[in-house]
Amino acid sequence: MKQIVRLAVSAFALSATLSACQDKAGGESAGRDQIRAVGSSTVYPFATAVAEQFVNANPGMKSPIIESTGTGGGMKLFCAGVGSQFPDIENASRRMKKSEFEMCEKNGVKEIVEIQIGVDGLAFAESKKGPGLKLTPETVYKALAANPFGKGPNTAQTWKDVDPALPAIAISVFGPPSTSGTRDSLAELILEKGCQSDPAMKALKDSNEDQYKAACTKVREDGKYVDSGENDNLIVQKLGANPNAVGVFGYSFLEENLNSLNDIPLNGVDATYDNVASGKYPGARPLYIYVKKAHIQAIPGLKAYLDTFAASWNPGGLLAKRGMVAATDAVRSAAAETVKSLPVLNGADLK
Amino acid sequence: MNAPSTTLASPTRNPTDWKGAAMQKRIAARYAAERRFRLLGMGAVLLSAGFLAFLLFTMIGNGARGFTRTEIALQIDFQTAPILIDPATVNAQSLAGANLQAITAQAADKALGAGGDALISPNAWLTVRDAILDNPKVLSQKITLSLPASTGIDLAAKGDASETDEAAYARLQQSGVVSTGFNSAFLSASDATDPTQVGIWGAFKGSLLTMLVTLLLSFPIGVATALYLEEYAPKAWWTDIIEVSINNLAAVPSIIFGLLGLAIFLNLLDFPRSAALVGGMTLALMTMPVIVIAGRNAIKAVPPSIRDAALGVGASPVQVVFHHVLPLALPGILTGTIIGMARALGETAPLLMIGMRAFIATPPGGITDPATVLPVQIFLWSDEVSKGFIEKTSAAIIVLLAFLLAMNGLAIYLRNKFEKRW
Repeated sequence: MKQIVRLAVSAFALSATLSACQDKAGGESAGRDQIRAVGSSTVYPFATAVAEQFVNANPGMKSPIIESTGTGGGMKLFCAGVGSQFPDIENASRRMKKSEFEMCEKNGVKEIVEIQIGVDGLAFAESKKGPGLKLTPETVYKALAANPFGKGPNTAQTWKDVDPALPAIAISVFGPPSTSGTRDSLAELILEKGCQSDPAMKALKDSNEDQYKAACTKVREDGKYVDSGENDNLIVQKLGANPNAVGVFGYSFLEENLNSLNDIPLNGVDATYDNVASGKYPGARPLYIYVKKAHIQAIPGLKAYLDTFAASWNPGGLLAKRGMVAATDAVRSAAAETVKSLPVLNGADLK
Repeated sequence: MNAPSTTLASPTRNPTDWKGAAMQKRIAARYAAERRFRLLGMGAVLLSAGFLAFLLFTMIGNGARGFTRTEIALQIDFQTAPILIDPATVNAQSLAGANLQAITAQAADKALGAGGDALISPNAWLTVRDAILDNPKVLSQKITLSLPASTGIDLAAKGDASETDEAAYARLQQSGVVSTGFNSAFLSASDATDPTQVGIWGAFKGSLLTMLVTLLLSFPIGVATALYLEEYAPKAWWTDIIEVSINNLAAVPSIIFGLLGLAIFLNLLDFPRSAALVGGMTLALMTMPVIVIAGRNAIKAVPPSIRDAALGVGASPVQVVFHHVLPLALPGILTGTIIGMARALGETAPLLMIGMRAFIATPPGGITDPATVLPVQIFLWSDEVSKGFIEKTSAAIIVLLAFLLAMNGLAIYLRNKFEKRW
């Protein structure tokens, strides 16, 4: 019995200490000694790689906390206010929207610095001996969707079935498995764009997100689309042996195999480095980070973290090794200048 | 007595003919039903044991490899290396600028042939740095260090890699510099971006702190609630409402508690995001109803004669509760607590809402530091593209299962210790 009383007393004592800790936590949050970033899961692997590099180069600094919340969810957290309880950096796989900028302004986040860190690129390619296909997001969607426009299973057998202008070659696409980030890019950049050529699908997105996702991003499983596993070398071999097949992979991989592969233009745009890096190629999208200028002084190491980013985004650098496409020289030097002088983003430039 | 009577008006009743065909058939049917039920029950047990065995075998099969690491012995000659640091002034800061990455890469190229740099982990230079910090004198010597191999070589050593990696591994084996051994770093390091560098300690400590907060909040409150409702509360409409609410709370999906934690602890009270404190408080909300329900049942099961006897010898109601009812009910309460805590330990969904799905490379120092927990770490790793993370995910699951087993073992020990028979 005494045991129990002692147990109860110590439990209450501990809870009292705990509440004391809570008070302390409230006080502590006035100053934070580590960087906090939120946002896109596409940028997450790059941001964590830079975070690791930052800690290695600056021993004694606490490791930055990178949360993967998705770009939209991250924007809400980022724009909630200025102060140590709000994140310093937003990782974004698209540009900030005007509405998000206004939300930021309303909550006192007035000075935002926008830095483009690179490009997320996806390339379509075929063997040098291939038929020279010319595709658009719409034809790709019609050829690969499990359930095109939600109108029942896909029956297309040849490229001619989806677009009369294309040759009557059997559809055969080698691409990333569903666990891969490249597959997400395929869904977001190509399939959804092709899907949205039907206004009914656009309307469906607002009314029923789940149905929209199922109709627009689900890939057929009847052997026309083949998961290549994580081994991109295998796709090159398969394309060599199979000149009529199409391969889908990260752009950096096409670049390394240009001696055996031809890129397939999308919307008439070739998958060249310039077109991917500048975002003209439909399979490419720029990646950004947004930083609160007001935090640069307050959070120790934030400036050094940005410098580490700038040192990592060159071609062949740390981020390129992780699969990011380096931006063009002009974009990179502009971004490096941004890191140096930290100009504030003008809301009028956003859409 | 059994003779048929023709004189009575009531309907006649023949004696049961146990040997008759109809009765024999009925008896056989009853026995068959009995056997069927027993077999069905046994089948259910076998099926669940089979699932458990399958889970354990695949986990241990995949995960055991996650506890090992391949290392390459590499000779580094600091005398000729382009490094200029006075051994007297060596510290982490000065070594960060000493270009150790390039020195390690050069040494690898020299020792393992061209492209040797790609055979060791990109973060292998950290091992070199630690060796220098340990003993600055090596800066004027030629030393041999065991550096972690790259993910490809590591997988090749475990027999599951591409041909080029297999070939490279075979070459390394011939020169006898490669060895695979227990990866102690997996138990002492935290999250990283390279599968050869990751560890579980950060998440483990996060889970420990979170569970501590959960236990300290939910156990006293849950037991006090159960005691009050069972021993003191009048039977009235409002106690009925409380009872229904608590039963309801126990069945609410956990994500709802996450949203509640986000709205109240983070947005309203401004507690630190991603902290074990907030995670523990959120999970305490989820665990408390389970403890209350189990506690009430345990208290109800204490025989009234014990209360009456205690009151009879002059104990006050508080003495009755604390000297007799609570000690006798404690085993049952502890069982409920185990179930609640085990559920909380495996919970991911509510913790995603309060920011624990994050890359946290420093283990938390206290309950207000950013932390992640084991199930969330497993979730994060299972999402990684690199192949080396597959076995690390399984290894992390093994650690989680071991943690769960230890917790349950402790609870069963406590339960047996307090158990009293009457």
